[in-house]
Amino acid sequence: MKQVFQKPVSLKDVQTHFCPGCHHGTYHRLVAEAMDEFGVQGRTIGVASVGCSVFLYSYFDIDVVEAPHGRAPAVATGVKRARPDAFVFTYQGDGDLAAIGTAEIIHAANRGEDITVIFVNNTTYGMTGGQMAPTTLVGQRTSTSPFGRNAAKDGSPIRMAELLSQLEGVAFSARVAVNNPRNLMDAKKQIRKAFRYQAEGKGFSFIEALSSCPTNWGMDPLAANARVGTEMCGYFPLGVFKDTANFHAG
Amino acid sequence: MARIEIDESRCKGCGLCTLACSRKLIVMGSTINRQGYVSALMTSREQCTGCALCAEMCPDVAIAVYK
Repeated sequence: MKQVFQKPVSLKDVQTHFCPGCHHGTYHRLVAEAMDEFGVQGRTIGVASVGCSVFLYSYFDIDVVEAPHGRAPAVATGVKRARPDAFVFTYQGDGDLAAIGTAEIIHAANRGEDITVIFVNNTTYGMTGGQMAPTTLVGQRTSTSPFGRNAAKDGSPIRMAELLSQLEGVAFSARVAVNNPRNLMDAKKQIRKAFRYQAEGKGFSFIEALSSCPTNWGMDPLAANARVGTEMCGYFPLGVFKDTANFHAG
Repeated sequence: MARIEIDESRCKGCGLCTLACSRKLIVMGSTINRQGYVSALMTSREQCTGCALCAEMCPDVAIAVYK
């Protein structure tokens, strides 16, 4: 009997700080699997953001740079330009990428930097206490929107995958989820594709990864997992929004 | 013939693996692990097909699959 499923080599054998049922752990594993598959562990430089994704360096067995809040795409740009042979990805949350880091992500994407961005969207600021994020759904209660997000006052949630797909520099933009095995298998495929585009030098690749946040949503893990499929996928449709296989940066 | 091994010390008791198993072979146990969570348990080894979907769904990579 041989082992058919095991922890990827690029992922350290440590306990994570993620809450029970949080999808961050699953996305960490999918990214590590993709690195293993491409055999790039030794030359990968990850760029961590601020938020629950901050401990990238504790969980991945690769080199990691910790960027100031929201600035991961700018730091990754520098890393990639200084070390074009390196495999560079950022791993950011929605509070980081869609709020404080909006300028950095849009311009890095528009320049067509040859990096991969994994954007974990859980509709809230997870680590800092569940405040309203730009991706918080209308009506969703958070610690800074106790009566629910009001579209008239707060605007509507930003769909980053669609927004970035409008930019010329983007080679690949997709939204994925891991709330059930079918979506998870598709997520695995899209993450590998995003990594392959970087390996082939096709340009900027972007994955929006829908995640649950049981703690800040005030739900148990199974209810939070179900909400990803019901409420989140309704507003944030899964799919590929841009796939320019023949794109060449610069 | 297939089997899974759940690392009880790593399990956080979220229950996502119980959703993934089409044969409903995984249930939540009654013992508390060293992290303070109730960990998942495999009930029937004979019926496991080794599809590995439970391991794919586990956010803590606490399940190893042998086939």
